[in-house]
Amino acid sequence: MKRIALIGMPNAGKSTLFNRMSGASAKVANWPGVTVDLLSAKLLIAGKMAELVDLPGIYDLHGFSDDEQVVRHFLSNNTIDLVLIVANATQVDRQLTLALQLKALGLPAVLLLNMADEAKQQGITIDTQKLGDELGYPTALLSAKYGQGYVGAYKLIETELQTSEALPAPSLEKDFAVDQAVEEKLENIIRHSVDVPVQAGHSTTEKIDKVMLHSWLGLPLFFSVMFLMFQAVYTLGGPLQDAVAWTLEGFRDLALAPLLSGLPPLLNSFLLEGVFDGVATVASFVPVIILFFLFMAIIEDSGYLSRAAFLMDALMTKMGLDGRSFVMLLMGFGCNVPALMGTRTMRSRGLRLLTMMVIPFSLCSARLQVFVFMTTALFAPSQAPLVLFSLYMMTFVTVIITSLLFKGQFNSQEPFALELPPYRFPTTRQMVLRGWHEIRHFLRRATKFITIGVVLVWILTHMPFGVEPASAASWSGWIGEFMSPVLSPAGINPELTVALIFGFVAKEIVIGALAVIYGLEGSSLMQGIAQQIDWVQAYSFMLFTLIYTPCLATVATLRAEAKSGWYTALSLAWPMTLAWSISTGFYQAARFLGY
Amino acid sequence: MSTLYPLSSLSAGQTATVQALHVDSSFLFRLNALGFRIGKTLELIRKGPFDGPLHIKLGNTEVMLRQQDAAKIEVLV
Repeated sequence: MKRIALIGMPNAGKSTLFNRMSGASAKVANWPGVTVDLLSAKLLIAGKMAELVDLPGIYDLHGFSDDEQVVRHFLSNNTIDLVLIVANATQVDRQLTLALQLKALGLPAVLLLNMADEAKQQGITIDTQKLGDELGYPTALLSAKYGQGYVGAYKLIETELQTSEALPAPSLEKDFAVDQAVEEKLENIIRHSVDVPVQAGHSTTEKIDKVMLHSWLGLPLFFSVMFLMFQAVYTLGGPLQDAVAWTLEGFRDLALAPLLSGLPPLLNSFLLEGVFDGVATVASFVPVIILFFLFMAIIEDSGYLSRAAFLMDALMTKMGLDGRSFVMLLMGFGCNVPALMGTRTMRSRGLRLLTMMVIPFSLCSARLQVFVFMTTALFAPSQAPLVLFSLYMMTFVTVIITSLLFKGQFNSQEPFALELPPYRFPTTRQMVLRGWHEIRHFLRRATKFITIGVVLVWILTHMPFGVEPASAASWSGWIGEFMSPVLSPAGINPELTVALIFGFVAKEIVIGALAVIYGLEGSSLMQGIAQQIDWVQAYSFMLFTLIYTPCLATVATLRAEAKSGWYTALSLAWPMTLAWSISTGFYQAARFLGY
Repeated sequence: MSTLYPLSSLSAGQTATVQALHVDSSFLFRLNALGFRIGKTLELIRKGPFDGPLHIKLGNTEVMLRQQDAAKIEVLV
């Protein structure tokens, strides 16, 4: 099988091209010489199967960041039939260096000048024939986002792949003489084949930035945008969640319950109240999650996140972090795992470890499900979005406490420069793809952790044989009692304690577990919980859930990225301590004040 | 009037050309890749809040750079 590697600078649209070429068939895999997982997809090109590998975005083949090392190690440990170099056509004057560096190594490649739409808008003309000839690589101009030029580019890839031969992996020793030559050649090629008009007027991006990056309006605007987004997720997602829950409830009562009625009571309870109720309760939150990720995709793709880094950098510096750490925290609102991996672009170990220490406090989409559930159950519809927003703000409070406490241990003065790409809006296609990706991600987790989790919870609540489910006599009752001296000062009852224990594996299990523990589903579950605990207990429980631990996948990633047992132990023990202190502090204070 | 200034001393809206980059080689790679090369013209668009980073435009690329790092780049106004 032939192997194709995608290489490009960050913000060149590499992932967009990867998605267009692979459809939705990508999977992550291990590669020789590379310690991280890379996205790859199998494609049928010119009648033959080929494997397309998406390498991390890099600025320089000789750079020092972890991502740049990953690309180097990949190139020297795997044979590659063809490299697709993706470059932003509007910035070809500097992005061509990567192509020239690959040329100096003698790798077979095609240069794909992406974002043809933006180049056209800005009046940039590129003589691809001439540029390709001078560079020595066939070159095509396309827009991976909208599809113009894609067919032609694809044909070019087909032709090149048929004739190209995989070379033995080149040596990637740093060579400054080569870099010097590259720089001179770059100037020549650009002068001969690229025509950039003198800037006329002010671009849309400049106009938007005037407002969004305003020196005193910028930050309030940023937090308003965030608040509006969470408000929208809650307002739009609530009814959708109700609809799914209602459908699943109907399916249970009309089809599943009669079907299973012939089974022995214990097996019936296991299947219906264990597996189905647990998984269905979790599944009803899928619309909220999809909606959340659609908004995230818009914000991420828009280029606003790097503006957030710009606005927050000075404040983050005071905490021993920087603007990039802030962006990773925001990415963590989706899922902590990719946010942790995103810290690979940081070269200073101290900064990286401190950032990875705070990312798990980021209120991820799995925790969001728990909070949407609890706030809907215990707060009025008008209060709920504010409660939710206060939990997002708690993320920042815990980050500030943690970073101020540990910044002495993880010191750094790393210089960095971050690109501020122009504002862009994702296409419907990109958003649909993102939504589909999230559904798939959920199904994978559902089949793995969530089902096993709810089954275990059912066993704990129904054993030993014959006990009243989830009563003090059941195994879960014992565990709850055992933990009660620790958690009752925080107002967390034995039932919630059992849910928290399983929440260590994945936060989705928390609501699935509650469904099983209370033997209820959907709206009746919310009512059941509202009868048993009040809002002070619920908020304390949510604070604890937010802080105490990320999920198992996050801890595993943390360990793999930090490569330190001591650090992993610290990043488990500290949040646990902080969670207990904050929840107990809140609960006791609220009770003292008479709530 | 051909005195060299540190990039950090420019005020918003000013343009200048890069004359020297006094940074270690690893950061130099990154700056080069982003377009900071000797002789290149750049524009300081704005400074971030709370004495924050600089927003710089080089050709078609916009970059944020901290003041302390920008102080190591010499420019000709």
